[in-house]
Amino acid sequence: MRKRALKRAFVKSLPVMVGYIVLGIGFGILLRNAGYGVLWAFAMSLFIFGGSMQYVGVGLLAGGATVINTIITTIMVNARHLFYSISMINRYKGAGRYKPYMIFALTDETYSLLCDEEVPDDIDVNLYRFLVSLFNHTYWIIGGVLGNLIGAVLPFSADGVAFSMTALFVAAFTEQWLSSKNHLPAVTGIICTTVSLLLFGKDNFLIPAMLMITAVLAIAGRKEVAES
Amino acid sequence: MRSAVIVATMAIVSFLLRALPFLIFRKEPPKFIKYLGKVLPPAIIGMLVVYCLKDISFAVSPFGLPELAACLCVVIAHVWKRNSIISILAGTIVYILITTFIV
Repeated sequence: MRKRALKRAFVKSLPVMVGYIVLGIGFGILLRNAGYGVLWAFAMSLFIFGGSMQYVGVGLLAGGATVINTIITTIMVNARHLFYSISMINRYKGAGRYKPYMIFALTDETYSLLCDEEVPDDIDVNLYRFLVSLFNHTYWIIGGVLGNLIGAVLPFSADGVAFSMTALFVAAFTEQWLSSKNHLPAVTGIICTTVSLLLFGKDNFLIPAMLMITAVLAIAGRKEVAES
Repeated sequence: MRSAVIVATMAIVSFLLRALPFLIFRKEPPKFIKYLGKVLPPAIIGMLVVYCLKDISFAVSPFGLPELAACLCVVIAHVWKRNSIISILAGTIVYILITTFIV
């Protein structure tokens, strides 16, 4: 049973392995160029574990940001995680001792792997979700450390491989589309975010997009909520 | 030392954001939150797709065509095989090929 969870978690996490190592390397290089060595890369990837936040964090470190400034920036960049957690409250309910770590490690990519998946009954679902989180975290740390140590000599274009994370979300989107009858949430997500991007520009659109999505889904679901 | 404080701040705030909904709705979450838990995943994944494509400029060459072609490739591969790894590999390879040899 444990072996099955382990195997499934590893296979499912493979696409993230590629993307995280590449993006982690990008972060490691950036951090090194800002004058921070491998221990910093390790510590940041271990304790923060957030892709875009760590990229932004390099700027905060190098630019001499204050603590207040850092708090505000982190909230702006990571507010979307509130959303992930809200939709995982039920799924993580019985996770027991794994739960605190699973909450800590709920990144965009881990979320996209776990948010809607039906896990077969013969697999310990909590162990499986814990392992997916742990594997992804490990890839991310390896990438950051590698990038910081040897990043500058890598022979390939990181941009191309980093596209695998976009592909991961597109595949997750397609899978959810195929496996559900109600396409309203998916369409709402795309349209609200696009409208918000056009209205607010690419630095400030996520929070308004989240509010719009919540509002539209709330209106669309008021009957269902009232009847449940 | 200042750097360590900044890193710790980022780590703590990031974790708090992830933990907050779990802390607030410790017991039985309200109906509305349960409903959101059901409908949010496809919406959020849609949001993330747009988020990943936000840096494309459709007004200048290559007009986002490599990204769009590669995304289309992911969708087609996924409808066909329904295997995430194959879909992601196919899309990424197409993207690298286009950006390396065509544009």
